[in-house]
Amino acid sequence: MIKKAFYKSLPVMAGYIILGAGFGILLHNAGYGIIWAFAMSTLIYAGSMQYVGIGLLTGGASVITTVITTVMVNARHLFYSISMIDKYKDSGKYKPYLIFALTDETYSLLCDDEEYSGEEINRYRFFVSFFNHCYWISGSVIGSLLGSMIHFSTAGVEFSMTALFIASFTEQWIISDNHIPAIIGIVSTLLCLLLFGTENFLIPSMLLITLLLTVIRKKET
Amino acid sequence: MKAAVLILAMAITTIVLRFLPFMIFGKHTPAYVSYLGKVLPQAIIALLVIYCLRDVSVISPPYGIPEFIAGGTVVGMQAWKRNAVISILSGTIVYMVLIRII
Repeated sequence: MIKKAFYKSLPVMAGYIILGAGFGILLHNAGYGIIWAFAMSTLIYAGSMQYVGIGLLTGGASVITTVITTVMVNARHLFYSISMIDKYKDSGKYKPYLIFALTDETYSLLCDDEEYSGEEINRYRFFVSFFNHCYWISGSVIGSLLGSMIHFSTAGVEFSMTALFIASFTEQWIISDNHIPAIIGIVSTLLCLLLFGTENFLIPSMLLITLLLTVIRKKET
Repeated sequence: MKAAVLILAMAITTIVLRFLPFMIFGKHTPAYVSYLGKVLPQAIIALLVIYCLRDVSVISPPYGIPEFIAGGTVVGMQAWKRNAVISILSGTIVYMVLIRII
């Protein structure tokens, strides 16, 4: 079962080690060494937030600014948690860690996964989450160690992250007989991307998606 | 020390965001929230795909062609083999080759 969790987590490994290393390198260049990289990746464990966080650290942001920025960048985690409430309901002692470690990628691996039942699935979800966390920490520590020495000849490896989401989307499309939520997701996000631009479209998209999903539910009942 | 305080602020805020829905709806999940839990994943995964591709320009070279072909490879492989590791690996390799030749 641990093996199966490891196998499931493999697609995230390459992406997390590369993205983590990118973070570690940037943080190192900003003057914060390996301990900081380790601490941030262990405690915050939210990729895009950590990249933004480097700017907050070097720019000498206030605590209030930091909190507000974190809410803006990470508000999507509210939505991940909402959609996992039922799944994580009976996860017992694993629950706090499962919630803490619910990143974009872990979410995409576990949101449609029903390979086990009962206590088994909790252990399985725990290990998928834990492995991903380890990849992320390892990546950022490696990046910090390499510092500015490294020049990526591996350009394009970062596409593995995009590919992960596309594969997950395709799989859900195949197994689902109702494609309206998926279409709402595409249309709302594209619309908000056009309206709000690449920097600010995430939160409006999530609100619009939630609104539209709410509207079609009322129509159905 | 300031840096440590800021990191803690980021960590705690992120933890609060992740735990909040469980604390509010954990005991009795309203039907509406359960419904959202069921339909949100598909919509949010779609959002994440677009989020990853947000900086791709279709009006300037290479017109998003590498992303389009590599993305298509992932869709095709997933529909064919139903194995995420194979889909992701083949799509990523195709992408790495394409950005070097286009």
